[in-house]
Amino acid sequence: MATILTQPSTVSTSPRIDFWKQLARSPMGIVGLFMLVSVVGMAIFAPWIAPYDPYKAVRARIDTIYAPPSPEHRLGTDDAGKDVLSQLIYGSRVSLIIGFTAALITVTIGGTIGLIAGYYGGRVGSLLMRITDTFLVIPDLPLYIVLVALLGPKLWNIILAIALIGWTSTARVVYSQVLSVKERMFVTRARAIGASDPHILRRHVFPQVLPLILSQNALVISVAILSESGLAFIGLGDPTLISWGTMLNFAFSRGAISSGAWWALLPPGLGIVWVVLAWTLLGYVIEEIVNPRIRTHHLTPERKKLY
Amino acid sequence: MSRTDYLIRRISWALVTILFVTTLNFFLFRVLPGDPAKAGIRDPRLNRAQQEAIRVRFGLDKPLVIGPLSNPFDSQLVRYFGLLVRGDLGISYNSNRPVAEVLRERLINTVILVLSGNLIAIVIGVGLGVLAAWRRGTGIDVTALIFSLCTWALPTFFLGIILLIVGSSYLGLPVGGMRTSGQQYASFGAEVADVGRHLLMPTLVLVIILLGQFMLIMRSALLDVLGEDYILTAKAKGLTDGRILRDHAMRNAMLPVITLIALTLGFTVSGSILIEAVFSWPGLGSAIFEAVNRRDYPMLQGAFLLITISVVLANTAADLLYTALDPRVKAA
Repeated sequence: MATILTQPSTVSTSPRIDFWKQLARSPMGIVGLFMLVSVVGMAIFAPWIAPYDPYKAVRARIDTIYAPPSPEHRLGTDDAGKDVLSQLIYGSRVSLIIGFTAALITVTIGGTIGLIAGYYGGRVGSLLMRITDTFLVIPDLPLYIVLVALLGPKLWNIILAIALIGWTSTARVVYSQVLSVKERMFVTRARAIGASDPHILRRHVFPQVLPLILSQNALVISVAILSESGLAFIGLGDPTLISWGTMLNFAFSRGAISSGAWWALLPPGLGIVWVVLAWTLLGYVIEEIVNPRIRTHHLTPERKKLY
Repeated sequence: MSRTDYLIRRISWALVTILFVTTLNFFLFRVLPGDPAKAGIRDPRLNRAQQEAIRVRFGLDKPLVIGPLSNPFDSQLVRYFGLLVRGDLGISYNSNRPVAEVLRERLINTVILVLSGNLIAIVIGVGLGVLAAWRRGTGIDVTALIFSLCTWALPTFFLGIILLIVGSSYLGLPVGGMRTSGQQYASFGAEVADVGRHLLMPTLVLVIILLGQFMLIMRSALLDVLGEDYILTAKAKGLTDGRILRDHAMRNAMLPVITLIALTLGFTVSGSILIEAVFSWPGLGSAIFEAVNRRDYPMLQGAFLLITISVVLANTAADLLYTALDPRVKAA
């Protein structure tokens, strides 16, 4: 009984420190964190790092179109004679803004729906999950394409489209976690001493679900960034902004391949890979930490752990 | 709940979902600001009478959802469903051909691409996943894991562009399309060979993208099962790792994989949009790509509907398959 009584307090303090310790111990986590920090730094300090302002119009001459890398243009120029390196640096901003905002909205909607449906259950719960399941079935990309094509390719429409459709998987994951958390002893006990539902949700259920939401969040961000790049590649990127997806779209549709201008194609593509990989690594490590079930294994004794 | 009950519930839910998607498709294209028919009517070069004629021709003079009291079924929504049931998806703005006819040709090409990519990815992915789970924490596992995380982070269209460049400039493969244009085939075999050459790189993209997913699911499903007590029991009985895997672990671990296969088949139809766009493979995906760039809304609407419905059907098939295979679901 004593262990049960102390459970909530140990849960609320130690895992947080434990979490960072475990993250720091995992090479994958460190690599992911480093990759992410580098992109965030690039986005914040873009005006100081970038050699040119990519938003300024440039008068293109025949010899500056798809010019190969040179001391003035380290990564060459694009089809309009603009510096690729500067666009690459500024492009990180759009990726991160879309990733963060879309994920924030997504996780808020999905988390709330999952929490309410899981905790209250009953008719409301099953109705909410039915709606979730229906949305879950609709394939994302075609719906994004239709929404953005009709609403117009603006940054906020893209974020909105991604967020409005992407919340379903978070809702599902949170829902099943809440179902198991609400049956635990400390929730029953809190209810027995007269705690209100909002109080139990906020103080007892939510902290238990939070790690899961965090690991889900990393996944949602990487999906949002990939979706934006795909939309932009199809020609539905915000035309007033420079993103890695629009860079690829322009290079691909304006003859970079036939001109052999690999410098217009590789950097933005690798940029996307870099930032998505960072989030994926982090998400993976977080999941290993918060989901103890996948840590047991009864076959051949575990050898040296490499991650 | 008996099996038939479940079957009926599951199928009726699929029908409700399809109905929802179809209705959504209607409202998206009528209510959102980009409505093509309205935009066409607002063309200043048309006079009042011409604008009215277009409105009547497309049924836009009718109320949106419910008609007047005297004739409540005389609405745009009812007209839309009526046409849909007859397989009429409108006329493409671009080619002036019926959308349904164009999509039928495109669907076959997408199915060819999706099936060949999935088959190869499943075989290799499941094999590697078993290996990775069995040798958890060793070099094989980590390499497999890093590979799948990297391919997950790789945008399909970027991988497509790279393979397109590699294939066309170093391997002498075609730059896109499905057949060499203007080619007269001497025999059916020659045609298959030509299509095969065009199919090679797009398929490879799909395989690389899907491989990691199948591998990860197989790995984690197997790891889940390997943590169960009955595996420990089998181990205690002195069985070899190989026998435990084959007789005890794989049977249960395959369940989520089979569900994933059915799901992925549906989703690759939508995922192949970007691959088809890169390789100009004449499937549903490039139909969407072209429709977006040419503002061909009837085509976009039709392709969206077809892709969504095929995903819903694949999803339902996955669930039914799961129930058929796992006796525990029946008992519940």
